[in-house]
Amino acid sequence: MTTMNTIGEVRGAIEARRVSAREVAAEYFKRIAARNKALNAYLTLCEERAYRQADRVDALVAAGKALPPLAGVPVAVKDVISTRGVKTTCGSKILSNYIPPYDATAVNRLESAGAVILGKTNCDEFAMGSSNENSAYGPVQNPAAPGCVPGGSSGGSAAVVAAKLAVASLGTDTGGSIRQPGSFCGIPAMMGSYGRVSRYGLIAFASSLDRIGPFAHTVGDVATVLHAIAGRDPNDSTSTTAPVEDYRASLGQPVKGMKVGVPKEYLGAGMDAGVRKKIDAGIEQFRKMGCDVRDIQLPHTDYAIATYYIIATAEASSNLARYDGVRFGPRVDGNSLIGMYRKTRGAGFGAEVKRRIVLGTYVLSAGYYDAYYLKGQKVRGLIAEDFRKAFAQVDVIVTPTSPVPPFKLGSRVNDPLQMYLADIYTVTGSLAGLPGISVPCGKIDGKLPVGLQIFGPAFGETKVLQLAHAFEQVGGATL
Amino acid sequence: MKISREDVLRVAELAYLELSEAELETYRAQIDEILEYIGKLNELDTANVEPMAQVLASDQQADATLREDLIVPCAVAEDVMQHAPDPEPPYFRVPKVIER
Repeated sequence: MTTMNTIGEVRGAIEARRVSAREVAAEYFKRIAARNKALNAYLTLCEERAYRQADRVDALVAAGKALPPLAGVPVAVKDVISTRGVKTTCGSKILSNYIPPYDATAVNRLESAGAVILGKTNCDEFAMGSSNENSAYGPVQNPAAPGCVPGGSSGGSAAVVAAKLAVASLGTDTGGSIRQPGSFCGIPAMMGSYGRVSRYGLIAFASSLDRIGPFAHTVGDVATVLHAIAGRDPNDSTSTTAPVEDYRASLGQPVKGMKVGVPKEYLGAGMDAGVRKKIDAGIEQFRKMGCDVRDIQLPHTDYAIATYYIIATAEASSNLARYDGVRFGPRVDGNSLIGMYRKTRGAGFGAEVKRRIVLGTYVLSAGYYDAYYLKGQKVRGLIAEDFRKAFAQVDVIVTPTSPVPPFKLGSRVNDPLQMYLADIYTVTGSLAGLPGISVPCGKIDGKLPVGLQIFGPAFGETKVLQLAHAFEQVGGATL
Repeated sequence: MKISREDVLRVAELAYLELSEAELETYRAQIDEILEYIGKLNELDTANVEPMAQVLASDQQADATLREDLIVPCAVAEDVMQHAPDPEPPYFRVPKVIER
């Protein structure tokens, strides 16, 4: 069972009747029992649901029917994504007993494709954080770098794949929360364009930024999962009507001549020297592959963090207003309705969430709205325009995923601004609505994983995956 | 100093958040630093720039996002009430609303 790690391996073995879907699920639950306590990556397991689904897949095999693309494939889902009948906490105490009455569309689509959902993964509270240290349920260990954070906010989803406790997983990305943990844990991780995957059932953090996307062991598997979950959803009016391309079909197509833009603003001071060395090697690799690598400019890069933390916190302050102890979650009694709201929210939210709600409420409040939120929306437009202009010159844009390698647990918790500044390479694409993937690009001293990010133009997932796959095939991960 | 203790208190009131004295001071100092940083946006002249209110506006068509106004069954009340803190179906019970 040691080679049941990728979609091809699992589905292939089930299709060839070498193993049953039930046996694969059992194997994964066995691995989870052995390792999850130390990693704290899964928060909730759903054995009953998993085995029911596995049995459905086995019935298809027995009946000689064609198997869907993710048949029998064990997957994990970040705990901000709704799963019917399965506890969904968002990494927060304020939802410690919340059981959604419906499935997110992305979850539905995973299961329609035959995937077996094993459980829900740990994350920073309400997806706010870059290290998974803001979870009310404890931090997650990085399986690829002991003692270090797995990244965040989708730390759990990254860790379970890296530790082979799931073949693939769903995370969410608002400012980098899929790409950065993928980078820290040494696995490919992607967010499609804004609107590519339905947000129905995703418990909202920032509605103009949130996206659901996959982690997996290979770029090919990332492509397969993204294809399964993408597509227009009438339940999400921001989901695009643009058809879902066959991402897998272009994997392996030649990338010679592809125009690759490298923005000089991303390679300045402030990047760790070890990360820099690996990224330089990665960029050189693209040249060796015959790509036309050229310098580009994204002049408003320096304003992206400020813009992001205005817009994201403003939207969060609105989205988190619903947690009031009335309809769901634990309630703390107050002498009045307002007292109950204040005490429930004061007790139920962690520090980072409260900090962002305060900041977000402030930038939206009377007298400050124009100076902050409106200004932020205008600068967002300038950042998006930078990318549009760049994509008139190049096919894709390549950058580091994170300026720092995975850091020790507890080493960056006292300085929120410092933590925010490390999001610099990822928030830009988030603000512009573009697709982005992080692919493994070596390990510093053979120990600390480094990720290389590839951005595409809006709905340019195909080119991004094509190049990422080519990079992986020539050994990008072992640079 | 961009934000005072009173500012944080006022905002916490708007956001229905009960904060301890320690939290008040910690967040005040941290948010002050963040707002200081955010001030760099003033370096940019955005007088003639449209706010980016929609992310992928060119793709959205109003017609495509409206459905027929038909009533469809939606029997979720029982599921929803099942995990409510203080249910009295079909109501959620809450403390009496008093004038402030």
